[in-house]
Amino acid sequence: MIRALCLLLAAALAMPALAQDKLPPAPYAYTQLADPAQEAKAHALMQTLRCLQCQGQSIADSDAPIAGDMRSQVRLRIQAGEDPEAIRAWLIERYGDYVSYKPELTGATWPLFAAPLVLVALAFALLRRRFGGKGA
Amino acid sequence: MNAPEAKPARWAMWLPLVLFAGFVALFLSGLLRPGEREVRSAMIGKPLPEFDLPAAVADRPGLARADMVGSKPRLLNIFASWCVPCAAEAPVLDQLRQAGVEVHGVAIRDKREDLDRFFARYGNPFARVGADNVSAVQFALGSSGVPESFVIDARGTIRYQHIGEIRPEQVPMILARLKEAGQ
Repeated sequence: MIRALCLLLAAALAMPALAQDKLPPAPYAYTQLADPAQEAKAHALMQTLRCLQCQGQSIADSDAPIAGDMRSQVRLRIQAGEDPEAIRAWLIERYGDYVSYKPELTGATWPLFAAPLVLVALAFALLRRRFGGKGA
Repeated sequence: MNAPEAKPARWAMWLPLVLFAGFVALFLSGLLRPGEREVRSAMIGKPLPEFDLPAAVADRPGLARADMVGSKPRLLNIFASWCVPCAAEAPVLDQLRQAGVEVHGVAIRDKREDLDRFFARYGNPFARVGADNVSAVQFALGSSGVPESFVIDARGTIRYQHIGEIRPEQVPMILARLKEAGQ
């Protein structure tokens, strides 16, 4: 029984491999840039870009072919001297905010940034009401 | 000690439980009905980006932006021979072609011999097939998978994105989108 289940699981895990292309990865999918400073810039950017196929991973972490192609494109653009934030903007223009992991303060996200401050202020006010007044 | 504080009302005792039940409900709704996971292109209404792809197969020319512009709306299909739903979609695209639609293909990360085999088996509905071996056109379009189809109007504006294969029952909808783009 357990054996059968293991086999089934193995088969299910093997399935996505069928739906993969046979082309070699793009030039800079798995190759670092020669200039370490440029590579560091590219890597920092790649860690904050979402893989479009395996959406819980960044393109730096993902082995999906589409993530490899995106890494290659990022590295080539960095090599050509493009600014990392310009590349991010280019991708956001195409895929929306979802493609970027970098937290941005916008009209929709400000409550996330404000909530901790409000809670700290609230806790401070409560503690003062309870213990405050007479000094420590 | 401070002056005794007012006793909390009895109902306040239940507040943590109610909060907890609320979280459980939220968790269950997320678990049982996951949200949409498709990444839609933000390029709808914007001009088709510039591109020029070499031919992917011997019997069809390659595809450039210029081929997608002028006189009437066209359908741009992102596909691959290694993509299973694309095989199911090929006859449906052929149906669209027979209805007078100009359908062009962009083959993602594909080999010529695989494409030849794919077309021999499922038919070739495309007037032109460009080879995009590094997904460059895919990124430029804001497309995140295969298959996807884009309706491009005569002026080269992206009018509609269809994610996933076009199913037979969706043919009238696609024709309507093309007609709408032609007005």
